[in-house]
Amino acid sequence: MTIDWSHFTPLTALCGGLLIGLSAAVLLLCNGRIAGISGIVGGLLQRSKAGDFGWRAAFVSGLILAPVLYRVFGELPQSRIDAHWATLVVAGVLVGFGSRLGSGCTSGHGVCGISRLSPRSLVATATFMSTGFIAVYIVRHLLGG
Amino acid sequence: MNILIALLSGLIFGLGLIISGMANPAKVLGFLDLAGNWDPSLIFVMGGAIALGVVAFRFGGRRSASLLGQPMQMPTAKQIDQRLVVGSAIFGVGWGLAGICPGPALVLLGAGAVKGVVFVLALLAGMALFEASQRWLTSRR
Repeated sequence: MTIDWSHFTPLTALCGGLLIGLSAAVLLLCNGRIAGISGIVGGLLQRSKAGDFGWRAAFVSGLILAPVLYRVFGELPQSRIDAHWATLVVAGVLVGFGSRLGSGCTSGHGVCGISRLSPRSLVATATFMSTGFIAVYIVRHLLGG
Repeated sequence: MNILIALLSGLIFGLGLIISGMANPAKVLGFLDLAGNWDPSLIFVMGGAIALGVVAFRFGGRRSASLLGQPMQMPTAKQIDQRLVVGSAIFGVGWGLAGICPGPALVLLGAGAVKGVVFVLALLAGMALFEASQRWLTSRR
């Protein structure tokens, strides 16, 4: 392992992280809800949660509008999607299916769950981090993609 | 009011993802590439988010209602079961393939990235597939 100092951005990472924590705090303390994005999006697809549609749609709209708002004040930071189209589709399906089966993703388990010291979320986060590391290792170092 | 708070919370979350670098899949993959040229920045994203999260959940966990009088809807599941582990493992593989998890996917869609739109559609298909599989399993019981 070598550290990529040229791309290391601890300060903006920390500031962005604090904003994510603030968002989760606002949703929890005001609405009594967990800011777990896969759960919020997944609930939009469930007929049994139709009464919840409003706030879920509003949260998702906020996420989608964030880059639009950001652009009012300046240029968006550089962002690059290297994955090929087919990889992208497979990845999307796995992320959607897996996060619903595992009851959460990076936000629900990784941020909110760890914040409330949930053993389930600790296991979930350790699991998806590990398989994420392994997937990248296989793609980049074994297949050489 | 609930709707307004949710919109605001979503906006703050999205700005956090943009500023932190989480909305840049190339950077996320740089973090997941332990064996290569490793970019540890995302540890600081988790650290910052969890630091505030711990305080919020400490304070909120003891309350029976939110500041706006809504019921506190905390997760009730306690068991570490196969679904949790298998689901998280599948999610991690997808995350590692493209460097995109659900939050950043929606931000990339909002930024107008065509690949972001395609990823979100695939993600919704994956979620719909999950709902269908659950319905199929219940109908067989």
